[in-house]
Amino acid sequence: MAGIVSRIALGLAWLGDVATFGLRAIREALRPPFEGFEIVRQVYEVGWRSLPLIAAAGFAVGAVMSMHTRSSLKRFGAEALIPAGLALALIKETGPLVTGLLFSGRVGAGIGAELGAMRVNEQIDALESLAVNSFKYLVVTRVCACVLALPLLTTIMNFTGILGGFVAETVISGMSLGLYWDRAFSMVDFTDYVPATLKTAVFGFIIGTVSAYLGYNTTGGSAGVGQASTRSVVYASILVITSNVVLVKAIFFLFPGAGG
Amino acid sequence: MSGDPVAVRFEHVWKSFGSLTVLRDVSFEVPAGAGFCILGRSGTGKSVTVKQMIGLIQPDRGRILIGGEDIVGLDAEGLARVRMRMGFLFQYSALFDSLTVGENVAFPLRRHSRFGEDEIRERVRGKLERVGLAGIEEKLPSEISGGMRKRVGLARALALEPPLLLADEPSSGLDPVTAREIDELLLDLKLKEGTTLVVVTHNIPSARRIGDELALLHQGRLLARGTPAELEQSEHEMVREFMKAEGGV
Repeated sequence: MAGIVSRIALGLAWLGDVATFGLRAIREALRPPFEGFEIVRQVYEVGWRSLPLIAAAGFAVGAVMSMHTRSSLKRFGAEALIPAGLALALIKETGPLVTGLLFSGRVGAGIGAELGAMRVNEQIDALESLAVNSFKYLVVTRVCACVLALPLLTTIMNFTGILGGFVAETVISGMSLGLYWDRAFSMVDFTDYVPATLKTAVFGFIIGTVSAYLGYNTTGGSAGVGQASTRSVVYASILVITSNVVLVKAIFFLFPGAGG
Repeated sequence: MSGDPVAVRFEHVWKSFGSLTVLRDVSFEVPAGAGFCILGRSGTGKSVTVKQMIGLIQPDRGRILIGGEDIVGLDAEGLARVRMRMGFLFQYSALFDSLTVGENVAFPLRRHSRFGEDEIRERVRGKLERVGLAGIEEKLPSEISGGMRKRVGLARALALEPPLLLADEPSSGLDPVTAREIDELLLDLKLKEGTTLVVVTHNIPSARRIGDELALLHQGRLLARGTPAELEQSEHEMVREFMKAEGGV
């Protein structure tokens, strides 16, 4: 029992450290000098380079969801609702969550490993020795890039998901793209898209902060780098999934229409 | 630096990591324009000492003055200001592996100077030529040898032409010929440009070449300090043994 309590205490202390690290990132992001060029470069690294993965995954998820939705709705003779059901499911929950998890796998691991390697190879010390604020240059830029890139990637995941759903549907029923599109967006409202997509900015903050924290504070040589990379994925994914519960509740509270 | 005749001054510096005390009441000063070598066996606090000079590690007690300015407890802006007047050559070069050689050397110039791209390119070319590596601007650090990486690290450390250069084991891991070439470069800097050198090493021949004065750290204390000849005649048997054991005599 004492062991469990002590592990919980350690976990909470770790969360406190990560939260402090994240708050420092916010504080330093708002203070000049701003690392605009480096943020743009990081958005390219974490965002643009994730695009093929997100687009391909979105297409596949959309196609599979369409097939499942069809088999369920067919029992009620409601096949006409397939496009709208798929679009709502993708935009409100599946798109943001799947994008967040894929992003934490690809980008979280990358940030953890890159900063970890820079720490053990003294490149972070080298930055400091060159009178560069390494926290601002490495951490703030990556966290900002994650916050900016994830909502955009989520939008692309939603779009390619709906496209995948259309391909699956048209193969079975021969539905035209125009009709599918009309039906898909017939029930989607502004309050379905905006809060759910903005929610992923929080996912981006969590993924960027956790992976940067683990990488920036890496110890223990190459083994430590490997641990930082693995833990970045595991911890960021768990925090994305658990924070999603709170965020969905908050969205329902702030945007009552989104719960409908 | 700042016209101060003393480039670096350590005053009663203590440093511990957990229960391990690495430095105990260490005091010394390095005259501006001199070559000062810190010697000692592995784990005696040499690297900690030199990293404290640039504020990468903070002491628990004591004062560290760079060009007359106490850097202990300085905020980030203050430290950055002091670091602009210093260069640091890391033991394993610490080049940014995602940047090319040219971008590594240009990095401090792009961050801290107002030179245009043409001027930066010209200066990078000049610095690389200075360390005998002209024409490798486009290579990545992973594509060059350890000795070349060290030279690129030196070129980067010198990019802003700092009056004080700190070097952590500049010849470690290098063959004797390359190690000697690095020593010659450092010596050249001291003699021709008046750069103050603080060099951590356990290579006695290297220390003899570079150092006007040597300091021997042992178990966190400054055991002896003086010219190479003085250390050879030291009253401490351990100091004399150290100078001999590393092939110094």
